[in-house]
Amino acid sequence: MNDSLLPGDTPLASIDAVESGLGEAGYIANRQICTAVFMAYHLQKPILVEGPAGVGKTELAKSVATWLRLPLIRMQCYEGLDESKALYEWKYGKQLLYTQILKDKINSVIGDAATLTHALDRLHTFGDVFFSHQFLEPRPLLRSLEAPGGAVLLIDEIDKSDQEFEAFLLEILSDYQVTIPEIGTVTAKVPPIVLLTSNSTRDLGDALKRRCLHLHIGFPDEKLEARIIASRVPGIDARLMKQLVSFVQQLRTMDLKKVPSVSETIDWARVMMLLHTAVLDVDVVRDTLNVLLKFEVDVEAAGKQLAGLTQKAREAGG
Amino acid sequence: MSEAASTSDAAPASEPLRRFLQVARGAGLRVSAAEGIDAARAVELVGFDDRAVLKDTLGLVLAKTPDEKTLYDETFELFFQRNEFAGKGDEPETPAPEQDESAEPSDALGGDGMGGQGGQSLGSLLASDDRAALATAMEQAAREAGIETIRFFTQKNLYARRILDRMGLRALERGMEAMRQSGTPEGLGRAQFLEGKLEALRDAVRDFVERNLLLYAKGDTEKFREEMLKSARLSNVERRDLERMRVLVRQMAKKLAARYAKTRRRRLRGQLDTRRTLRRNMGWGGIPFITVWKQKRIEKPRLMVLCDVSGSVAAMAQFLLMFLYALNEALSDIRSFAFAGSLVEVSDILEKHPVEDAITHIMAMIGYGSSNYGNSLADFEDGWMRHVTNKTTVIILGDARGNRTDPRTDVMARLSQRSKRIIWLNPEYRSAWGTGDSDMYRYAPYCSLVTVCHSLRHLERAIENILEDAA
Repeated sequence: MNDSLLPGDTPLASIDAVESGLGEAGYIANRQICTAVFMAYHLQKPILVEGPAGVGKTELAKSVATWLRLPLIRMQCYEGLDESKALYEWKYGKQLLYTQILKDKINSVIGDAATLTHALDRLHTFGDVFFSHQFLEPRPLLRSLEAPGGAVLLIDEIDKSDQEFEAFLLEILSDYQVTIPEIGTVTAKVPPIVLLTSNSTRDLGDALKRRCLHLHIGFPDEKLEARIIASRVPGIDARLMKQLVSFVQQLRTMDLKKVPSVSETIDWARVMMLLHTAVLDVDVVRDTLNVLLKFEVDVEAAGKQLAGLTQKAREAGG
Repeated sequence: MSEAASTSDAAPASEPLRRFLQVARGAGLRVSAAEGIDAARAVELVGFDDRAVLKDTLGLVLAKTPDEKTLYDETFELFFQRNEFAGKGDEPETPAPEQDESAEPSDALGGDGMGGQGGQSLGSLLASDDRAALATAMEQAAREAGIETIRFFTQKNLYARRILDRMGLRALERGMEAMRQSGTPEGLGRAQFLEGKLEALRDAVRDFVERNLLLYAKGDTEKFREEMLKSARLSNVERRDLERMRVLVRQMAKKLAARYAKTRRRRLRGQLDTRRTLRRNMGWGGIPFITVWKQKRIEKPRLMVLCDVSGSVAAMAQFLLMFLYALNEALSDIRSFAFAGSLVEVSDILEKHPVEDAITHIMAMIGYGSSNYGNSLADFEDGWMRHVTNKTTVIILGDARGNRTDPRTDVMARLSQRSKRIIWLNPEYRSAWGTGDSDMYRYAPYCSLVTVCHSLRHLERAIENILEDAA
């Protein structure tokens, strides 16, 4: 990619540049994430992002796209996803129409041919349009390869797809090309930046992992989370924010079925803004706890310790 | 990228990186050649200057699971910690182990700084208190002695000796002897001074060898241990190894599950499914643009597991159950039963608790009594025989020692008729079958497979067999 974009002019000149760039796009990233994006661009390798739900895996792809002003092409994986939905599909309707036209026009084309061979020869002079680009309906993968200025391809929740599909992705991920039997091999003009996300519901194959840079995004520490909230929920009172973050961080150390993620903290902060809360207190927390915790058992477990948690959070917030 | 293409445009891995990769492999990270090349390209991009960046970068390329990440972090710290000294060194491009060890002697040789002229090179090195030079000499000697090939802790002294020899220990000892012989107070004092320094050096070298052992042999030792555990008799496995065994079982089960869980349908090539083809192509007037072929469903095995949990067989039962429950994605249905004097269903307990806890629970409930096979089989017939279908595989784990009670082979005969097959896993050696109160040979005619099973390897083979047959 270095060759196709202007090398001196690339926005990805250094890891620091990545950090500030992502920051402008509203994504506060730690050093590891920035290094990963930097390496992905320069080594032309996909990034496999793993981590718990809601830590900003998908958001990362969106932010990279916004920052580099590239189109984001997103492909959501699910069980049963196959090439015709991921790569390309023939426009059957159009093909059908074409045969109809062909039927009408065929006489005028071969009308004066004396023999069958002659007629066939005449036909051969026309291109084989039936299986050609005009009849091809590009799906996300093909679109990302054909994007003129490059693109950010997000293959979301790859762990939800079948193993066969994973194998099918290998060609794209390593060579940025796909083979369509009827047409040939399509190679990317500008290799897209590829991000794959996974919630580790199943183990991915070694072949896939080997081709990717592996980035694990965990929960952010208190400082980073505060910065993320500040960027996502502008206008929030600094003291309240500190309290919120401290509260959530405490929740994460508890033994819960599903601990709250960054996205939940953001939602919670927004709720607090709507409720015009100035200071965290037990009643407000109790009323809004369902924003943070998604299981009844968790709400119950945390409910018993609300007073203590809130008190600590208030101390932390100052 | 294809491996051939990348070899051509990638720089050769620099020496420190090459050694790090070797160490990483030794520690149990699976680093393929292609990943090595990626690592080299990545390092070329970021350089060795910033340690944190280097760590992140290599981590992205080399470690691909959370487990590997921790392993990688440890290895990186262990390897590049030796690097502290090189930061101010003269070769910023190759900061790795060339000049490490500075820390060691500096601690060890912190005696008085009295200088002097020794007769030999090692003597003068020791006397001059030049830690960096000493460290370099040690590193050099270690490389000559082939420290990279160290594998077992028993080799520690051997390697320490070799390193000291290469550093010129013999000559030094001869020189010191000569000083003592001279009898002058000056000579004696000097010999004593060197003696002290030498002692410190010995410690430093020993320490150094130990750390290298950790670095280079960790993975091998682990692997060796795991291999041993896999083929050890389960009843002999010590308590402290149980945790490791559990991890092993999970790994083995995962591998089997990955192999057998995926293909549930096999396409029958060449047999058009006319109905579904027409249905699929309704949209364009029944012209078959898309063809649909007939498929054959592959059934997941249904299992009923009967485990003897009395005395000797208990350990085995624990692992069998652990194995099967770790496999459940490749199986459609497991029902498990435990028996000793009588039989109870334990599926519920196993589903609600993690297997480790469940086992203790079950054992407390019925285990450790003396077994009565006839009685237990009769219990099974009364309660659950009607759930056995011709798709059920029944696994019985036990030593078939019923303490001279009626074996009730008639129940076995009926069970054998109803079920798809019966597999008997016996933890005893074949030579012990049929001796004493063992009824193994009485049950054997009703089983489609009777096999010895007393180690993880046996278990794996037996279970693979079950899955294989279903596919």
